[in-house]
Amino acid sequence: MWKWFHKLASPPHFYRVAGVLVAWFAWPAFLLIVAGLYGGLVLAPPDYQQGDAFRIIYVHAPSAWMSLMVYVLMALSAAIGLIWRIKISHAVAASCAPIGASFTFAALATGALWGQPMWGTWWVWDARLTSELILLFLYLGYIALRSAIDDPQRADRASAVLAIVGVINVPIIHYSVVWWNTLHQAPSVTKMAAPSISMSMLVPLLMMILGFTLFFVALLLTRVRGEVLRRERSAGWIREVIAA
Amino acid sequence: MSATSSVAAGRLLFKRDLRLALRRWDQVADPLVFFLMVTTLFPLALSPELSRLRDVAPGVLWVAALLSSLLAADSLLKSDAQDGTLEQYVLSAQPLTLLLLAKTAAHWILSGLPLVLISPLVAAALGVPVDALGVVMMSLVLGTLTLSLMGAIGAALTIGLRRGSLLLALLVLPLAMPLLIFGARAVELAIAGEPAAGPLYLLAALLVLTLTLAPLTAAAAVRISID
Repeated sequence: MWKWFHKLASPPHFYRVAGVLVAWFAWPAFLLIVAGLYGGLVLAPPDYQQGDAFRIIYVHAPSAWMSLMVYVLMALSAAIGLIWRIKISHAVAASCAPIGASFTFAALATGALWGQPMWGTWWVWDARLTSELILLFLYLGYIALRSAIDDPQRADRASAVLAIVGVINVPIIHYSVVWWNTLHQAPSVTKMAAPSISMSMLVPLLMMILGFTLFFVALLLTRVRGEVLRRERSAGWIREVIAA
Repeated sequence: MSATSSVAAGRLLFKRDLRLALRRWDQVADPLVFFLMVTTLFPLALSPELSRLRDVAPGVLWVAALLSSLLAADSLLKSDAQDGTLEQYVLSAQPLTLLLLAKTAAHWILSGLPLVLISPLVAAALGVPVDALGVVMMSLVLGTLTLSLMGAIGAALTIGLRRGSLLLALLVLPLAMPLLIFGARAVELAIAGEPAAGPLYLLAALLVLTLTLAPLTAAAAVRISID
């Protein structure tokens, strides 16, 4: 097991394994998302308060979940790369950032679309919305730092430090925003009562969350393969891969 | 190297930075003038009525302090990085963490402390009652210290980059948002005549956390950036 795991750190081996694995994640992700969308958009009954508008949750909740998970994964792989100097971990962290930023943006955009009919406004300075927005800024800062540094090794390690500092700060930011919000305004906007969700609504949601996670893994593997090709472009094994 | 000589080295570096800065006043004055200017913009943009300014005063003071600190953080390591002194720190037998802590302390004396000292004047001009000025200063002492330490990480990560100063702001601003929230809240409570200890304690807690971790992180970042 360990040996197999260690071998993954070698770029050529990773490139080959990832190429095989992509399909194993992409197809289940596709099937789950299609089934989840059908279950959520067609089969699930309309909410008795929100009508059909609640259905955006099937994209919104998985995106919001992914936005946080991808950040933690990015910081973890950056830390592994920084501590054990594993090149492939840095490639993973670099590939996580744009995907995570996209999920964060999707969560914000779908939240705004849902907010318009529900709250009568596109944007509310709600605690969750605000910390999601700050998370987007953290992603953008990470991407900006990475792109500003020309030397790839320095870019990897400097952005790794930033990702680690960021992941320590995420809970602090979240709770400070929650306190700020509750201190400032009464909770005029209450979130959906989560536990009382019916099975016909919950099952598609869980399918979507799992589908999004698998979709992310497939996307990540594809991006890391591209990143490996770019980083190892002068290595000999690339020529063999292309010739084959 | 014995521990005393490391502390002595830190003290020497602290004195050197202060002396260098005192011989070049303009650099020290820049963030302070910026702070004064930004706080002057708000009455012009909003309204000259003190009663209305008092409502926005906590936010104005804190946003201006935040921006001014970030502006100042850019100069924390710049000149040392340009003339190669920073490389000598990295190569020296003294712990880099301690040297950076000394540099950050000197930097705060030069950028944060003047801001804190002038803040009662600005706050009074924004209609903050005299009773609340103590809390304004206290919150800014805790906040600017934390900002200087966070700025050290940002400055270390962006050494020698082309658009370094803007990038530094981009990196540190999201991290500094809790400071803004608690700092502005403390001032707001003090203006309303309520006890502001709660947010001040939270600011102090953030300072302790940053003081423990930021110099280590900044040292790691300097090592990465210098290489």
